[in-house]
Amino acid sequence: MSRVLMKGNDAIGAGAIAANCRYYYGYPITPQNEIGEYMSSEMPKAGGVFIQAESEVAAINMVYGTSATGARVMTSSSGPGISLKMEGISYIAAAELPCVIVNIMRGGPGLGNIAPSQSDYFQATKGGGHGDYRLIVLAPSSVQEIYDFTRQAFYLADKYRIPAIILGDGFLGQMMEVVELADSAKDDEYARIPEKPWAITGCKGREKNIVNTLLIEPDTLEKHNWKLKDKYQQIAENEKRADLYRVDDAEILVAAFGISARISKEAVDMARDEGIKVGLIRPITLWPFPDHVFKNLDSVKGILTVEMNTGQMIEDVRLSVEGKIPVEFYGRTGGNLPDSTAIFEEIKRMGGM
Amino acid sequence: MAFKGKVTIDREKCKGCGLCVEFCPRGTLELDKKINTQGYNPAVVTDQDNCNACGFCFLVCPDMVVEVEKIKEGSK
Amino acid sequence: MSTVLKKTRSLEDTKLHYCPGCSHGIVHRLVCEVIDEMEMREQTVGIAPVGCSVFLDAYFDFDIIQAAHGRAPAVATGVKRALPENLVFTYQGDGDLASIGMSEMVHAAARGERITIIFINNTNYGMTGGQMAPTTLEQQVTTTTPAGRDTRLAGFPIQVPELLSSLPGAVYLSRVSAHNPKNINKAKKSIRKAFQAQMDGLGFSLVEILSTCPTNWRMNPVQSIQWLEENMMEIYPLGELKSVEGVS
Repeated sequence: MSRVLMKGNDAIGAGAIAANCRYYYGYPITPQNEIGEYMSSEMPKAGGVFIQAESEVAAINMVYGTSATGARVMTSSSGPGISLKMEGISYIAAAELPCVIVNIMRGGPGLGNIAPSQSDYFQATKGGGHGDYRLIVLAPSSVQEIYDFTRQAFYLADKYRIPAIILGDGFLGQMMEVVELADSAKDDEYARIPEKPWAITGCKGREKNIVNTLLIEPDTLEKHNWKLKDKYQQIAENEKRADLYRVDDAEILVAAFGISARISKEAVDMARDEGIKVGLIRPITLWPFPDHVFKNLDSVKGILTVEMNTGQMIEDVRLSVEGKIPVEFYGRTGGNLPDSTAIFEEIKRMGGM
Repeated sequence: MAFKGKVTIDREKCKGCGLCVEFCPRGTLELDKKINTQGYNPAVVTDQDNCNACGFCFLVCPDMVVEVEKIKEGSK
Repeated sequence: MSTVLKKTRSLEDTKLHYCPGCSHGIVHRLVCEVIDEMEMREQTVGIAPVGCSVFLDAYFDFDIIQAAHGRAPAVATGVKRALPENLVFTYQGDGDLASIGMSEMVHAAARGERITIIFINNTNYGMTGGQMAPTTLEQQVTTTTPAGRDTRLAGFPIQVPELLSSLPGAVYLSRVSAHNPKNINKAKKSIRKAFQAQMDGLGFSLVEILSTCPTNWRMNPVQSIQWLEENMMEIYPLGELKSVEGVS
């Protein structure tokens, strides 16, 4: 098992290749340029294909084509590029094609800036494209998780025939940490590509396969819509994940994902040192949202949601507690980080100190 | 005449576009007065003997409802 | 001894939904005849556009992917890169290819992707009811150029193969027509050369096929043949715009 000091963006490339992804189509956009650069050198070495597409629109449609052939394929971008990919993502979801999409979020809306943010939460979890569809959204908060979640994303995408998004931010993409690489000798469940009889390969030895999302008859489309809904229900029942920290006797909870969760953990420890019973819930799957960990919190008097936006995940937290617990918000945007001492002050205020 | 032609037209699938009639060099085709189940006046062969199997009707038919059997002169 | 001209293997028996006299059906036949003559049906992947020919999967008996409007060349790129031994072609109308999909077309050609684009030019958006397309002629009336296409306001018709001919990645570019037997046969030869150039790995190929649209041109099929001949061929001259050494 080898350990490597690695940048978050590079870890995405490494994780994808470790999961037997052999096709990557990207386009330059800060703060995730290293992903394309990494793939431009490493993909050919792995016998794969790297294309720098003419636009994010072209890239997502190349993903659509390659995914239809059954191969594992990935694209990455930041907020503005993900916006351009939305129609393509809706098509991929409608056609039930597996793929991995990476969003290393930056300041928005508009051109915003190249500093980190978490302001594409709604876009990723509520669907920025048209139609009833969902995507599995995984939110790493370390370079190790970036590496592992990328591999798991390919596994989940194939398992449920659905696009999976890795939702990181500029910090996670740019920072370096030690990563324990998957042992390629050992049989890696995430690297195993399942049989795909539906794939487009040329109809030798079988009836033709079709990948199409035009269902012109209302009954046909409605049947498909509910079929997708059932799939999303099944994913929700099986794949919800959250990381809990010092929650057992907590009277106050902080809810945060990604980089915000790392910073909040420090604030939780500071508050605990002052005798405040506070814990942290860190959603890992942003969709399906882990609402189950927000139930039966009888001893909890208040929840503080910490995000790098003006309040998005807070809505899912409120939905989860169903009004039983007041949910408050602390956020920083524009690329500014929520400071652990500021979060600590919020926790103290809520704790009535 | 090197070839004789036997033209068959799928009466119900024809949309009566008239291109085969237009391009037939021997005037062996016409649009039927009676309409088909689609409500189109389909092309019909009215002068089979005059057909030399040139295949123009087959080439220009957008709905592939025409078949042309090319029979060598003298064989049955 | 007799031979029969009839539907080729790669064509389904499904009744076509196209309007009477529409050239799409003819081009469907040509594409499938070439595929069968090359014995490539089982290795072919067709990319359908958004437009009148969006229903390709009902008419062709081989693997088909339906692409988002304008994005077929990118989808085809993704397929061909994953299946280099397969025959991969897109089938697109003038709106799909030269309007919303211009960037994808140009860059697929610039990259020299080993794909073939079958480009149906009938000077309008057929499926949506006859709006102006990039290939609409000067003064041609459409539902969005009701007084005729005024080039000062709506620009000039685009000649696609000419546009692409400066790109080294494009190895075979031709313009043919489907409006009479002679040209239909020439169109088939051109499609064959384009597919062969692809399978020989030479690079990107495109065949533009002048086509009629009787319904939206507000003519009957026979009149639309004449209109195509008298009006389109002047702006869209037929011929091989590019055929690099090695194309056979």
